[in-house]
Amino acid sequence: MPALQSSIETHSPEFQQNKKAMLAFVDEFRNIESRVIETAQKVKDNFHKKGKLLPWERIHLLLDPATPFVELCSLAGYQMHDDKDGSMAGGGIISGIGYISGVRCLIYVNNSAIKGGTISPAGLDKILRIQQVALENKLPIVALAESGGANLNYATDIFVQGARGFANQARLSAAGIPQITVVHGNATAGGAYQPGLSDYIIAVRNKTKLFLAGPPLLKAATGEVATEEELGGAEMHAQQAGTADYLAEDDADGVRIAREILSSIPWNEQLSKTNKAEFTQPLYDSEELLGIVPSDKKQPYDVREIIARIADGSQFLDFKPQYDAQTVCGHLKIHGFRCGIIGNNGPITTAGAQKAAQFVQLCEQSNTAILFFHNTTGFLVGTDPEQNGIIKHGSKLLQAVANATVPRLTIVVGGSFGAGNYAMCGRGLDPRFIFAWPNSRTAVMGGAQAGKVMRIVTEAKQKKLNQTIDEAALDKLENTVAAQLDKGSTALFGTARLWDDGLIDPRDTRNLLGILLDVCYQSVERKLRTNTFGVARF
Amino acid sequence: MFNKVLIANRGEIAVRIINTTRSMGFSTVAVYSEADFDSPHVAIADETVCIGAAPATESYLNIEQIINAAKLTGAEAIHPGYGFLAENASFAQACINAGLVFIGPSPATIELMGSKRLAKVAMLKASVPCIPGYEGASQDDKVLTQAATKIGFPLMIKASAGGGGRGMRLVESIEELKQKLITARSEAKNAFGNDEVILEKALINPRHIEVQILADNRGHTIYLGERDCSIQRRHQKVIEEAPSPFVDENLRKKLGDAAVLAAKSCQYAGAGTVEFLVDENKQFYFLEMNTRLQVEHPITEIVTGIDLVAAQLNIANGEDLSIDQESVKINGHAMEARLYAEDPIQEFLPQTGTIFHWQQAIGEGIRIDSGICEGQQLSPHYDPMLAKIIAYGANREEARRRLQRAVNETVLFGVNNNQHFLSRLLGHPLYIEGKISTDFIESKFMGDESMNDIMTSPLVTALACILFFTGKNKNYLMPEALSLWSNSRTQPWPFSLRINDEVQEISLQLIQRNPVQFRLQIKQQTLEVTVNSFDNNRLNFQFNGIGRSCVFYRADNKLYLKSGEQYFTFSDLTHEAAVGEEPAGSGAVVACMDGVIVDVLVNENETVTKDQTLVVLEAMKMEHQLKASKEGIVASILVKAGEQVRIRQTILTVKTEEETS
Repeated sequence: MPALQSSIETHSPEFQQNKKAMLAFVDEFRNIESRVIETAQKVKDNFHKKGKLLPWERIHLLLDPATPFVELCSLAGYQMHDDKDGSMAGGGIISGIGYISGVRCLIYVNNSAIKGGTISPAGLDKILRIQQVALENKLPIVALAESGGANLNYATDIFVQGARGFANQARLSAAGIPQITVVHGNATAGGAYQPGLSDYIIAVRNKTKLFLAGPPLLKAATGEVATEEELGGAEMHAQQAGTADYLAEDDADGVRIAREILSSIPWNEQLSKTNKAEFTQPLYDSEELLGIVPSDKKQPYDVREIIARIADGSQFLDFKPQYDAQTVCGHLKIHGFRCGIIGNNGPITTAGAQKAAQFVQLCEQSNTAILFFHNTTGFLVGTDPEQNGIIKHGSKLLQAVANATVPRLTIVVGGSFGAGNYAMCGRGLDPRFIFAWPNSRTAVMGGAQAGKVMRIVTEAKQKKLNQTIDEAALDKLENTVAAQLDKGSTALFGTARLWDDGLIDPRDTRNLLGILLDVCYQSVERKLRTNTFGVARF
Repeated sequence: MFNKVLIANRGEIAVRIINTTRSMGFSTVAVYSEADFDSPHVAIADETVCIGAAPATESYLNIEQIINAAKLTGAEAIHPGYGFLAENASFAQACINAGLVFIGPSPATIELMGSKRLAKVAMLKASVPCIPGYEGASQDDKVLTQAATKIGFPLMIKASAGGGGRGMRLVESIEELKQKLITARSEAKNAFGNDEVILEKALINPRHIEVQILADNRGHTIYLGERDCSIQRRHQKVIEEAPSPFVDENLRKKLGDAAVLAAKSCQYAGAGTVEFLVDENKQFYFLEMNTRLQVEHPITEIVTGIDLVAAQLNIANGEDLSIDQESVKINGHAMEARLYAEDPIQEFLPQTGTIFHWQQAIGEGIRIDSGICEGQQLSPHYDPMLAKIIAYGANREEARRRLQRAVNETVLFGVNNNQHFLSRLLGHPLYIEGKISTDFIESKFMGDESMNDIMTSPLVTALACILFFTGKNKNYLMPEALSLWSNSRTQPWPFSLRINDEVQEISLQLIQRNPVQFRLQIKQQTLEVTVNSFDNNRLNFQFNGIGRSCVFYRADNKLYLKSGEQYFTFSDLTHEAAVGEEPAGSGAVVACMDGVIVDVLVNENETVTKDQTLVVLEAMKMEHQLKASKEGIVASILVKAGEQVRIRQTILTVKTEEETS
């Protein structure tokens, strides 16, 4: 495979300026993540005094040290619902893919250090997304549960759809994917079914409160007076109810038992023990990814500059480069995993759509995972494209992308506008994973264009009604629409709404894709032992 | 003339002898006990014979088995090494009787020199200077007391058959004599089967200086200079050097001549050592003669260029010595330190265990004679000496520097050893100056840090924590590049490590990935350590602007770490099962199955202990004892004898004092 030759001048002022702009985007979302962590840290002493560990402390006891961890949807719900100032982002949950006793798992941890781990609508969406990731990628789930349940302010938004999470749990169990839950504290009412539907339950002595109704509700409902321990303590569940399968002495012990369970099931043994292929690093430093994207969004750049910094040995086999220059397709390897990539150097033309649709089918034929790197203003418009059948060709591309069964991984590296978002496998086309660079934008169209459209349409309407054209009002309209759309197209806006699985530092792109490709290919190889109803606890 | 040599020994000396024997073209036979099947000396010999069980009396001291092994393999000569049967006249005789060449002097010479008393009589007769004393045949208390008064105090009682300090007593005054005689005799009887003693004037702070001699069968005898073995611990040599910093040319010649005289007086043939005590005025006295190869023989080999084992083999094979006294030249300086599996902190208690990692120092002028290998089990049956680290230098200081460096750079994980002690000795100002005597360790070195508790620095704990952290990812099929990687913010990892008996809580945070940098919180101290690289068992790191390294070995949840010349062992308790302070929990005693209460053995408000039987339940024709799950007071009894109960029904509750108050 030929190696790409970069034409980026890393010492140029433009590069430095681009880098500065990109670092500002990175700092912005990292600072929000830090604020959330700081919010949680505030209750550290309080937790420790009660003999409890903070959620992140539990996670660090759970995960194998020094192994990679892919956090998912860290900023879900950012500035939505109960997260007024962005310091409580994450939907009340910390989740990600990490190694536990050598087994790659999906972890799902209630962030009980923030608002008692209550679940907001964004939190529910996050849970559903995590479950989808587990199911598609055949990853065992370990949940460290401690949640006050649904946030009552938004209970109506969550109540009906909330059932989906439990249905998913039942289906995961039936699909042959083990779910392990440590009940660190509250798990009340609806929250009780999350542990209840887990295949393995670990209760923590004197901490677990796992019941349908706690003492106050019980007294209100039936008049019965009972203690929390009687209703849902760890000992009661371990000795009497049999809801808990393991009894832990404290938080750390509960996490330890979860680790022991994973080291006791032959999960890794069911895969062929093929050693990973040796691979080479890219010829260009991933650090340079910071300076590639022009700080002026109107300036185009070649997606091959990104490929040169993420592909093994910077090697890339370009597919039909002469046929269309705006849509780039080709083969590469990341961490030794072969994959195809589709990237944009501009709008999608009829030729580009045909080229990409063919390439998707080739990847499907050869069982090759496909990467989609978004940087497009959408499908090319105009009489020429329309008359050449851009709708027809675009539809064929959408059809190919939607129906491809090979793993599809999406990174939004720049603009993701209009139907370009769909054709490039945006969230709506259910890629296995989708991450976004913090500078990226996702919208039906650019703010400026939308403003102009509204102006033209309104002006035409006024003309038709023979009204006087109020330029000032039209200016205002155009600006308002543009600003509104721009605001709703930022990476932060999108990640809050789970349009992606998280924002990433561009420098992390290669390692992230390396892990995700490993996850995807392993799921292709893994045979699960399914059963009809899931494992029941009698 | 012989062609095949059996080496009746083990460990480093067997390895060392086999190497020379093989290099001279002889075939070699190693013998070994059942405990030594995986020892290096067995691995390098041409043929091997197991001669018995682990205890030395059943193997390496079993004359019959060794002779049988020689017959079995057709060996024609036996090299006894040192220790075991090396100075056993009956063994030498048994070899001769079996038609084998014993590589050493005649049984008669061995016997003579084996008796301190008879040897001293012989030396006095040959005009070799001896310590004034009593070496008469009479062991009568009265005679001894008279002799003692004549010699004057302080004096030494020595077991005639003795060695290694056993049966030896320092007597300060006449009043002590009687009691010390009793204990010395009893010790001598136990150790050597012979309670004969001699008396000698005690020398104050003498040096232990010995002369290596070589003699062929025609009586041509030469000396190869001296060795100073003054650094001793309880009469066991620890560090030796050649030449002695105390001996000048004049004294060297006098000592040499006396040694040759001693050897000739007993028709000595082969390699031998004449030991002298030398006082501050350079007066020297015959101490004893060792009729074998000495442990510390390599330092003589290094400064003279003569392979003593080769010389022994040639002499035993009937050859004449090809060197004369004039051609013996002492070049430069050699120094040897003995590496023991002994723990200086536990009063040098011999250590056993498995050798996980053994890495010999290498470098200019360094020779290491060892008999150990990785994976080997160290049994309690034999001498705990594992290896000799030897250094050559153009002068004493160069040899000393090299030796200290070699001691520090040698790595042995798996058993506690005396490396730190050796290094500290070699670095002691008085040792550097050469101002040493046999009482050096006892009088000047007892408070040294190497013999006291291990002190861990926060840095060492930090390194251990980093190694535990990074060591966990080794089992995965995972690209190295992904280790430590995450797309999320890094936060501190909690660790709980045990060093000695102390458990330390540490938090470790990755603060930079390239290069890898950690921030650690240990006992309110914050440290930042940069990891430069891992190189097999070596961690190269940077701390406070200085790049350094440490050596480590990981085994299960344990980490063996060597930083500088000190060893540390850490255990990772981070994922240990919680030994709950109160695993007792609620204190409710519940029925283990459906049944009838036969008896309630306690009353309300009665104090009960953990595991005390409180209630007897009969079910399925069996009696079951229901016990207290914790200590406390019986708070409530909910059943009566004869009552039918359901499974998991609460029978009674126990509350701790805190819960009741």
